[in-house]
Amino acid sequence: MIKRKLVGAHYGFGDWLLQRGTALVMALYATLILVIMAIVQPSTYLEWRGIFDNRIMAFLTFIYLVALFWHAWIGVRDIWLDYVKNTGVRLLLLLATLAVTIGYTGWAVQILWRV
Amino acid sequence: MADVAIKTKKRPKNLDIWTIRLPLPGVLSIIHRLTGAGLFLLLPVFLWLFERSLATPESFAEVKALGDHLVIRLILLGFIWFYIQHFLAGLRYLLIDLHKGVDLEGARFSTKVVFAASTTLMLVIGAFIL
Repeated sequence: MIKRKLVGAHYGFGDWLLQRGTALVMALYATLILVIMAIVQPSTYLEWRGIFDNRIMAFLTFIYLVALFWHAWIGVRDIWLDYVKNTGVRLLLLLATLAVTIGYTGWAVQILWRV
Repeated sequence: MADVAIKTKKRPKNLDIWTIRLPLPGVLSIIHRLTGAGLFLLLPVFLWLFERSLATPESFAEVKALGDHLVIRLILLGFIWFYIQHFLAGLRYLLIDLHKGVDLEGARFSTKVVFAASTTLMLVIGAFIL
């Protein structure tokens, strides 16, 4: 007989850690982008676009956005798990949230690299 | 024996949330959840604005022109408040994870610091934007 642990201690630890890790990534990016905005002070289209045309900035912005979507997924998932008791509705909301966040990731690629 | 005692013991329960006085760190906690949910709902709007601002000079000008409306600037300020509030409260949670300010006094104090900082930043940014 297979004994698989489904609940108990350490359950969800990975998500807990990811929520902190993604928060830290976002905080670092926020600091970086504030410094860049203060230095560049973009007012024209070319100046604004120039920031994100830089390959490193596009890459870092993508990392930030992925961290944001992941963070949002864990947070919104927790909200559904806390308040929605009906299994069917809960599953639907979880799937919709997951689909939307994955979709946003694709959208972010499109915005940053204009595929 | 212990199990039986727990099952039969009648404990006073109060689950009526309107009569529960939420302590200040609890208020911060629910605001953290509300601002998080709000930011999630606003995500598509901001991705769309980000996309438009980078797409063409014309679409950039359109996004920039949105700032001419006072209502839009107020909405933007609301969004910035959500972001700052969620950000600062989040930093507080990270510090608590590092066992800083876990005691009652520390938790209450850091909550007040978060509210004071987010309000001050809002007033400064508000004066700048409006």
